[in-house]
Amino acid sequence: MDNHLFTLINIAVMTVVMWLTPLQFIPFFIWLERKGSAIIQDRIGPNRAEIFGVRLFGMVHNFADVIKLLMKENITPSHANGFYYWLAPFWSMTVSLLPLLIIPLAAPMEVAGHSLRFQAANFSVGVLYILSITSMGVFGVILAGWASNNKFSLLGGLRSSAQMISYELSMGLSVVGLLMVFQGVKVDAIVETQGGLLTLAGHTLPFPHWGIFLQPVGFFLFLVASFAETNRNPFDLAEGESELVAGYHIEYSSVKFALFFMAEYSNMVVAAFLISTLFLGGYQVPFAPTQVLLQKPQLTLLLLCGGGILAGGFLGRVLYLSALDQKVLHTGMKRWEPFIFSAVGFGGAGMSLGLLVFSHFVALPVWAPGVLTALLQMICLLIKVLFFCWLFVWVRWTMPRFRYDQLMNLGWKLMLPLALLNLLVTGVFILVQKQ
Amino acid sequence: MKIVERPEMTGSQKLYLGEVLKGLLVTMGHVLRNLMNPKGMPVIFFPEQKKALPPTTRGRHRLMKREDESPRCTACMLCATACPAECIHIKAAESADPNVEKLPEKFEIDMLRCVFCGFCVDACPLDAIRMDVPEIAIAGYTRDSLVYGKEFLMDHDNKDIVPEYNPPRPVIWTHGPHAKP
Repeated sequence: MDNHLFTLINIAVMTVVMWLTPLQFIPFFIWLERKGSAIIQDRIGPNRAEIFGVRLFGMVHNFADVIKLLMKENITPSHANGFYYWLAPFWSMTVSLLPLLIIPLAAPMEVAGHSLRFQAANFSVGVLYILSITSMGVFGVILAGWASNNKFSLLGGLRSSAQMISYELSMGLSVVGLLMVFQGVKVDAIVETQGGLLTLAGHTLPFPHWGIFLQPVGFFLFLVASFAETNRNPFDLAEGESELVAGYHIEYSSVKFALFFMAEYSNMVVAAFLISTLFLGGYQVPFAPTQVLLQKPQLTLLLLCGGGILAGGFLGRVLYLSALDQKVLHTGMKRWEPFIFSAVGFGGAGMSLGLLVFSHFVALPVWAPGVLTALLQMICLLIKVLFFCWLFVWVRWTMPRFRYDQLMNLGWKLMLPLALLNLLVTGVFILVQKQ
Repeated sequence: MKIVERPEMTGSQKLYLGEVLKGLLVTMGHVLRNLMNPKGMPVIFFPEQKKALPPTTRGRHRLMKREDESPRCTACMLCATACPAECIHIKAAESADPNVEKLPEKFEIDMLRCVFCGFCVDACPLDAIRMDVPEIAIAGYTRDSLVYGKEFLMDHDNKDIVPEYNPPRPVIWTHGPHAKP
């Protein structure tokens, strides 16, 4: 195949994949939010919606949500500014789907002389592209708040825009420190650099060469700023229910509200991808850079299957316990469904174990190292992203909301000086190390 | 004037990080405990499992009966007058018993309006209406199904739910010895 054609198809496929990734994460995230909040508050959480007795531990509630939101009347208030009122939700959603395009899912793979890339676009502006796109997200909120022509919406939009602009500064500055350390802005280069081990003054330390170890202050600043950028608790002043009813999307119903809702979750998925890519080594498996994984496919398989055994066993155990707990309540299919999923978890663990044993008796095929490495790296990135998704949920159901003055104090008086100081210290450190 | 002293945050609290971490550990403890021991969660699966209500629960109404299965109620309208939600609708009719002046021909309680205040029970001079049926989650598919009529309200065995909680009331009898309910 022609090299250009291969690259073109590769980019097209990866673009579709990276557009669909956040969309696939949204229903999962909503489920995680509901179930996570329930478990934190000692409740069972959603378990009633069902399709022919199949309830998927509350996942079916997402179908109910979609049906409800699509069936609702799509209202445009007569006093609203029509064009901008309609533009805002679509703008929010579009902008929230874009930044993922430059996140690499795995290291490039050699396929029949071509380089198969797991990254849709590889702009030379790299991280700056992400920052510029995410900062455009604020327009959706402002437009919605202003075009609704409602004082609560306007207040919500105002607060939100002030907050996002304030925290964008510290977010950008915390990334600058990282870019100074990694000497570049291209995302794939940053992730590649994070594969090695940390070296300090000639000594190799037993830590991966990750952004979180090189820039701990930068990491925390970026984390907090990304909570603020995604309008997420404890910084969700844009929709302070007790003060603003619902904030900027109070006048929106039906699909338009669904778009705002999805954009909010999509933003969080993007933030989780960004943090894990920039600060936690992206697709890099700790202590096992791409070269090592490619040379030792047995190690790759061991990591994959070991992860499968642990995850399957844990999942099976948890599901079995919850199935036992709810057994008395249900009849027929509903009674056995949790046990079936528990069996799937244990079965996954067993199959991983079987595959591991089986692979010791046969020679691995030629394509195995590349495929296994790509798979392991994708799963590694997925685990990191899922952790940060959980962190968003976890923090939301732990923290109360900040007051507006506390928010501004934190942003301008604490985080901005800290980011600048971090920049200074990083610069001095790099200068000293060079001489 | 009393000045409320607000607690000042100390240096480490002003950074929020430590305090946030403490809170996160608390919630994570709940998560792990509940995942590993779901039976420990104080949860009642409501429609299937029901919480045992205490014997003095003020539940829905019932109309008490005389020994001959006729209602004790004499349609005096005191309950309907006392009702702040105006949910009791009584239509009086003449009684065949010469010792009883009136009987309710129609006695309807609109549960959609009832606020469970219990004023009707306090107002009744004959202990004819009680709110001791332990049903508090009242639901229906139509509005008409939630307007309880005389037959429904009198469909019970006329026993005290818990005798010691329903002591005989001092009743002033005005109609001679046969009027005893």
